[in-house]
Amino acid sequence: MFLEQRARALAVHVVLVAYSALALGPILLVVMNSFKARNAIFGSPLSPPDSSTFSLIGYAKVFRASHIFVYFENSLIVTIVSMGLVLLFGAMAAWALSEYRFRGSTALALFLSIGIMVPIRLGSVAILNMMRTAGLNDTLTALILVYIAQGLPMAIFILSEFIQQIPMDLRDAARCDGVPETRIFFEVIAPLLRPAIATVAVFTIVPIWNDLWFPLILTSSDSTHTITLGVQQFLGQYITDWNSVLAALSMAILPVVVIYVIFSRQLIAGLTSGAVK
Amino acid sequence: MSNLRVEHLGKSYGSANVLIDINLTVENGEFIVLVGPSGCGKSTLLRMIAGLDGVTTGDIYIGDRHVNGLAPAERKIAMVFQSYALYPHMDVRKNMTFGLKFTGVAPAERERRVNEAARMLRLEPLLGRYPRDLSGGQRQRVAIGRAIVREPDVFLFDEPLSNLDAALRVSTRVEIARLHRLLGATMVYVTHDQTEAMTLADRIVVMSEGRIEQIGKALDLYYAPANLFVAGFIGSPAMNFFPGAVEAVDGGTARIVGAGFEPLALPADGLDPGAKVTIGVRPEHLRIAGQGPFATSGAVELVERLGESSFAHVRRADDKMLVVEVRGRETPAITETVTFRAPLQDIHAFNASGQSIPIKGSSH
Repeated sequence: MFLEQRARALAVHVVLVAYSALALGPILLVVMNSFKARNAIFGSPLSPPDSSTFSLIGYAKVFRASHIFVYFENSLIVTIVSMGLVLLFGAMAAWALSEYRFRGSTALALFLSIGIMVPIRLGSVAILNMMRTAGLNDTLTALILVYIAQGLPMAIFILSEFIQQIPMDLRDAARCDGVPETRIFFEVIAPLLRPAIATVAVFTIVPIWNDLWFPLILTSSDSTHTITLGVQQFLGQYITDWNSVLAALSMAILPVVVIYVIFSRQLIAGLTSGAVK
Repeated sequence: MSNLRVEHLGKSYGSANVLIDINLTVENGEFIVLVGPSGCGKSTLLRMIAGLDGVTTGDIYIGDRHVNGLAPAERKIAMVFQSYALYPHMDVRKNMTFGLKFTGVAPAERERRVNEAARMLRLEPLLGRYPRDLSGGQRQRVAIGRAIVREPDVFLFDEPLSNLDAALRVSTRVEIARLHRLLGATMVYVTHDQTEAMTLADRIVVMSEGRIEQIGKALDLYYAPANLFVAGFIGSPAMNFFPGAVEAVDGGTARIVGAGFEPLALPADGLDPGAKVTIGVRPEHLRIAGQGPFATSGAVELVERLGESSFAHVRRADDKMLVVEVRGRETPAITETVTFRAPLQDIHAFNASGQSIPIKGSSH
């Protein structure tokens, strides 16, 4: 009995460790090799940097040669503004859809949930045309608009679930207290949605930060490139500056990790709170 | 302070009628309790008075204001919820003042009201705490405090004690009664607990299936229930009912016979031979070796001893169960066959449609 339990626990851990290695391995490889000289990257790609192979040449080149800070700034602006607006509009829409019954509310909820099932990239050509017509081509605004559309459906879905768990007496009490509807949302409901908002924030940020597709088709100048697109300029048709690519990629990972760490406590609460109580 | 009038009020959800033609006048300063089994519409009525649920038909007046179209806050009501409904992210003081911000009460006045309510409810040491750090009783006191600071025309309570344990329920009940005396405010209180209703109310409104069955003072409902429903609902354990029929009428006296009791001469008018009659007697009014025209007997199956009294469960001749309250130490033995009697004044009679039949010579 005892042995069987041990064996089962061991098996589970083997699977988990294997999965972690599989998921983290490539990232580790990128970070590790970003600190190595070019020869060492190709000579022994799997070994960590040592005194003879350690080199910061990649980072030095990235800082010197490219618009990396502009890219970073662009990525941050796009990600944070998109996230903020997705959270604001998502929470407001979720509240409206679960709280108020109005003509077409069911149809609207259904329409918004289509975005969960149909990837927004299917509309790339139309989006490109729209942005061109609107004169938003090669602007960060275009990216932000697309990302809001991309993030909203999931945000509304998750936040609606949470709103349904908030006791409705609270809303009634606020109404009896004479609190206006907008203040009920912002001062009574929204503070209670904090764990859910953290969850949605992470789910929104990661795909936006990592996205390559929309910056590729919607931005054309250096001043509007995001970090993921910026890295591509080190990948040439004939020659690839691997030191710089790896260094830039390593740096691009960092902000997401930081954000994740900040939100992770709330995130766990958000993911599990529906399950237990 | 204001009175409250509800006229021909109805509420439907689609084809389901939840409330049907409700008429009720609550006097200024009166404590009214709405009581009834779950699903009888009492909470819906309260929510409609509050303005949280819409009115399908009829009118609601607070004072001389017609409030059908007004938002809850404009009606000058305050509501206390079963779940307390305190704002979890605000401390006690903020919970009480939060609403006042929006109704144009100056900061100094807010402060005065909170301090006064806190003193009244002994909440002063708790003002800086958050709801999660309070016990159930304290939370409900804060919720009541939040209602008081609004200085409403009408207080509405929606089962405020149902989430509390037995001891707290009694002490908070006393607290609410004290508060009503202190404030002299008009209060409407919903509960399914008849003890709360009997102890708190100036008048009780008994509801069932969306209708008002009877409105009256606690003792009126107890001694003179208007119909079978009220007779069965008020009083614990519930009144015993004996189905019977009129065998003969002689002058002003009807002879009632039934399987569960000895033939009974009932001085009542308007009864025709053959009419169905239900006789009702409360457990506490039946006596072993007692006096009176009503008599029933059966074998004792179970005795519940509560100390000052015991409840004997007796199988009647018509195979239904009868509950009798026996006072004192002497309780009947199990399987013993016992005869119980009740005097005329403690007998209730109901006609085929369940309405009470007046009994001549009875005190009520």
